[in-house]
Amino acid sequence: MYPRWFLLPGAAIYAVLFIAPTFASFYFAFTRWSFFNVEFIGFDNFVTFFTDPQLSKAFVNTLIYGVLTSGFKVVLGLALGVLLTSNILARSYLRAVVFFPVLVSTVGVGITFQALMNPSHGAINHVLAFFGISGPGWLTDPNLALYSIIAVDIWKGVGLATLIYMAGLVSIPSEYYEAATVDGASGWKNFRYITLPLVSPATTTVIILSLIGGLRSFEIIWAMTGGGPGFSSDVLASVIYKQYAAGFYGLSTAGNVVLFVLVAAVIIPLFSWLNRKQVDL
Amino acid sequence: MNFRPISRHVVGIVAVIASALVFLVPFAFIAVQALKTSPEAAGLDFAWPTNIVLFQNIAQVFQANDYMLILAFWNSAVLTVVSVSIMVVVAAMIGWVLARRPSRWNPWISFLILAGLIVPPAIVPTAWVMQSLGIFNTIIGLALVEVAYGMAFCVLLFRAFVSTIPKELDEAAAIDGAGPIRLFFRIGFPLLRSVIVTAIVVQAVAVFNDFANPLYFLPGAENATVQLTLFNFQSQFQTSWNLLFTNILLITIPPLLMYVFFNRKIVEGMTAGAIKG
Repeated sequence: MYPRWFLLPGAAIYAVLFIAPTFASFYFAFTRWSFFNVEFIGFDNFVTFFTDPQLSKAFVNTLIYGVLTSGFKVVLGLALGVLLTSNILARSYLRAVVFFPVLVSTVGVGITFQALMNPSHGAINHVLAFFGISGPGWLTDPNLALYSIIAVDIWKGVGLATLIYMAGLVSIPSEYYEAATVDGASGWKNFRYITLPLVSPATTTVIILSLIGGLRSFEIIWAMTGGGPGFSSDVLASVIYKQYAAGFYGLSTAGNVVLFVLVAAVIIPLFSWLNRKQVDL
Repeated sequence: MNFRPISRHVVGIVAVIASALVFLVPFAFIAVQALKTSPEAAGLDFAWPTNIVLFQNIAQVFQANDYMLILAFWNSAVLTVVSVSIMVVVAAMIGWVLARRPSRWNPWISFLILAGLIVPPAIVPTAWVMQSLGIFNTIIGLALVEVAYGMAFCVLLFRAFVSTIPKELDEAAAIDGAGPIRLFFRIGFPLLRSVIVTAIVVQAVAVFNDFANPLYFLPGAENATVQLTLFNFQSQFQTSWNLLFTNILLITIPPLLMYVFFNRKIVEGMTAGAIKG
């Protein structure tokens, strides 16, 4: 009734265009490679990766990017989730507004904020100037560019975190809160001892999803700074693309392997740890 | 959490103002620039335009680069329709069999599906595989790549849904003489309708908004998708911010329509698995 060959069409596409390239990357990462000839060069690409200041900077930036975007999405997403599942005024309007950026093209958002963050006539610095503050070069200051992009990434993605938290929050039975209130628990204690532990499956989902997305992030960085100024906001994904576009296929693939190992080394232990910590309803 | 009546209004009003400042102002900015002439838009400010030239801007954006945007909309539409249709059918078949037929291979298949959600795709090797198959830089090639990348999500969605449908229906159909293909397309597919809509909407928005994969696997102006037209505009009209923002406005309309019509489906799809981790 349920023939195994039903798996085949999907499996074929998946195997050829996803699994095979992934395995191939572990070979090509050790080569100097154009599509026409391959030369095995051992660990040279990886040595280049971690000794070249530009490339090792991208590695550090990727970690900063993943951790900060994920952390802020957890905190802000939970706060917004609590607010938007309460009896607040204009609740459905607020939900719609917070979620909408998730659906807008990432590149469009990047370009829009590039204009808003323009140091001399961007709207953000105009507002700051109105209050007598001279705003920084959000995207032109090498020490700041990465963090400005991170802020925009959080702006765009927090709606999804909020949505996931809202689904988690409404599944907590209200009897728990009623019982706690009868016992004299305050709002903060309710949050700390009921909401926080019982919403932990949503927390796990938000952390894992936003970390995977953050560590692999490319589009918004490419749209806002292209990795600049200099290499100050380059991440692994932008380096992989730059080396690909420049024809250094082996080095680009080595970057892919580094990213793969980084993502696996962060996600797998974190996921099993978060799952062990979960409380059952 | 519940607020008392007074604080409910106070917090609500504060939240409405804050959300408008943080989330609506950037969209208002896009819209205002799209109304302006090129010199006025160069100021990048919120000043209301002296002349509203939205329609001239739209016409110019469409005409630019030999009507490139029209071609790009066509390319994006083909890419989205082809990839999402293939993705939904093959993923539903997989989800159907995985949920219905226990097998000792299932844990391995689950592992491969999880890997599809976590592992970053290897870009150059994928381009190389596509080149050897002769599908590099073709719309169908890119569509198949989108299928491969979106499949894991869809299979998880379908498998979870199929396991909530009682098996008795299948058995009744099988006794009445339906073969496996008939069973799937006549009994399974209609029962899956609601989750299929969810998968279609979420993946259509994702593929339509995709910028990175067309950039990697579909280079060249004649193959541009809508997201790539933004970049071509940016370098070409260094100072024509009005056209750039008109373009952003135009390519935001399809996802906006999806959101207006399928709000609930999108929310369902995006929170799938949120409760059970």
